[in-house]
Amino acid sequence: MKIKVPERFEPTVKEIKFILKRVKDTPLSLAGITIVLFFVFIAVFAPILAPPAPGLNPYIIPRDESLGFRVEPSPPSSTHPFGTTMLQRDVYYGCIWGTRWAFEIALKVIIAIVFIGVILGLIAGYYGGVIDEILMRFTDIILAFPGLILAMCMTTVLTQAGWTTIDSVLLSIVLIGWPGYTRLIRGETLRIKNEDFIEAARAAGSSDLRIMFRHILPNAIYSVIIVASLDFGSIVLTTAALSFLGLGAPTGWADWGRMIYDGMSFVRGGLRWWWSWTYPGLFIVFFVLGWSLLGDALRDVLDPLYRRK
Amino acid sequence: MKEATEVIQIRDLYLNFYTYEGVVKALDGVSLNVKKGEILGIVGETGCGKSVTSLSILKIVTPPGKIEGGRIEFNIKGKTYNILELNEQTMTRVRGRYISMVFQEPRAALNPVYTVGDQIGEVFYIHRKEEIIKAVIEQLKKEIETTKGFKRRRLNIYLSLYERMLKNPRSLTIRLVSKVPILRRFRNLMNKEIRKRTVELLEVLRVPDPERVVDMYPHELSGGMAQRCVIAMALVANPLLLIADEPTTNLDVTVQAQILVLIKELQKKLGSTILYITHDLGVVAELCDRVAVMYAGNVVEIADVMTLFKKPLHPYTQGLLESIPRPGRPFTSIPGVVPSLINPPPGCRFNERCKYAMDICWKKKPELIDAGKDHYVACHLYSSGGK
Repeated sequence: MKIKVPERFEPTVKEIKFILKRVKDTPLSLAGITIVLFFVFIAVFAPILAPPAPGLNPYIIPRDESLGFRVEPSPPSSTHPFGTTMLQRDVYYGCIWGTRWAFEIALKVIIAIVFIGVILGLIAGYYGGVIDEILMRFTDIILAFPGLILAMCMTTVLTQAGWTTIDSVLLSIVLIGWPGYTRLIRGETLRIKNEDFIEAARAAGSSDLRIMFRHILPNAIYSVIIVASLDFGSIVLTTAALSFLGLGAPTGWADWGRMIYDGMSFVRGGLRWWWSWTYPGLFIVFFVLGWSLLGDALRDVLDPLYRRK
Repeated sequence: MKEATEVIQIRDLYLNFYTYEGVVKALDGVSLNVKKGEILGIVGETGCGKSVTSLSILKIVTPPGKIEGGRIEFNIKGKTYNILELNEQTMTRVRGRYISMVFQEPRAALNPVYTVGDQIGEVFYIHRKEEIIKAVIEQLKKEIETTKGFKRRRLNIYLSLYERMLKNPRSLTIRLVSKVPILRRFRNLMNKEIRKRTVELLEVLRVPDPERVVDMYPHELSGGMAQRCVIAMALVANPLLLIADEPTTNLDVTVQAQILVLIKELQKKLGSTILYITHDLGVVAELCDRVAVMYAGNVVEIADVMTLFKKPLHPYTQGLLESIPRPGRPFTSIPGVVPSLINPPPGCRFNERCKYAMDICWKKKPELIDAGKDHYVACHLYSSGGK
């Protein structure tokens, strides 16, 4: 099939073709894209794949009343393809809605930290001097702590202060996440602001805001896109870790980390109750794997240093 | 009081760079004036302060550089402003509109992520918004008369939006509407108008096939084309003063000639004033009306081109002219090197290399003195009555 392309868009079409070819040639990036698309599919169609009970919070895994109040998990059956976990909560339901939950957390956190990082990074890099010094020392303070431990402390403190556990998890991950992006954008800004075209833009009468957002940001955003896609997986991993430590989502929440935590009591039984912790574990592994492969693929196509190799 | 014939008058400008090695005294009392409608060339070696003088005029000297003193008087509409005292907000309105600049490296002066049209259009949007909105309103009014029905109603809404924009360009409604997908289509009319004008401007600058060039990215352009686009950006608002900082240094000789002819023509057509910075004496002879020679942060001589080339007064200018290579003559150069500007020699900064150096040259810094016929020179040789 041959589509007539207007001459103006020819380079764009060529570029897209090139990207598709790159992706096709590297099986790993293809795998990454497939995995991520698979999870997107699950997240989007969660209400169809695992219909929630009407009127209830869909993120709370419903209990199967017919199996009674037994604590031990029941094995996979036709009604519960992945079996049930503690208190007869359906593992399959949890995994499906956990995907949606993972996307929800990751998106919220990524948007928040990219937003903060872009604004603070641009300000620090562009104005320099005292503002830069203060902001960078703040990031140093936060980067000086091991991220997970700081997040744990923050979550505990915020929960004590009356926040819901979920909000405090989100906020503490934002807190440990923003310094990286701020430094990234600041570094790029420092590089770009010395380019001639910035001076030219100033000589043409552009205001500081216009220079920062119209001239510097579009040149600096590529590395942020790549890092954000790599972080998409690790944010989910961090929330899972917090949930696993019992700090995050409450019991019964469709959160993979929480489900592993709930299933952990049954690890003692060896492989006897394997389904209660294997399935959510596999979901986490593949989710993170998919995003980091996708991040690598993005770098291969977007980064001019790598792309022509 | 004389009618201001000077567009810019720089008086005793001092500028230092604070580096780790020490304070570089880059400009040491620079004084010069640019007259209305002329092309003033500034010549000098690398590092003599030509570029930094021009950046000072726009007040975009970046740290570690700092202006330490002096005045830069800018005459506009019969009023005089000291640029160094204007605040940043006023300066953003001056830059690009009344004073604009063309940079040395044309492709580096264009933002790689936007098309040429976008970038020239942006300057239109910043400085000539009102004019463009008025043109759009005119056009809309005409169109409304000839259309009927639903389309007419839509155009009426557009008209009211544009009228509101003309009254208050920063009004909240406009800013909100401009962000909403579909609704922001009303801006297309304005974008079309800007595009039309950009194409016209590129045509004036003899860019071949401007309709296609506006959609090109900087990396797709040749050096000469890129420089034409940069000049177009500088000319959008028809500025009073155009500063050209070695605009042809990185171009081929043939392209350089084209650009020079273009600049000369534009200057005649638009009657603008140009401050042309270069180290190429050939270009100066070809293009400029008057020349200021700079050496190590000082203006050593100002004269009109013919006088300067025929009867140079300052020993440095003489040496500079002698060092132009000519067939059938051995290479000559000025002995010695440019002094360090961190610890400049006392007195005249040229004293170490000057063959006429006297005692006073090590004691006192020479002032610019009138040597007749608008010819100024800063040298002690001429201060005692003129030998």
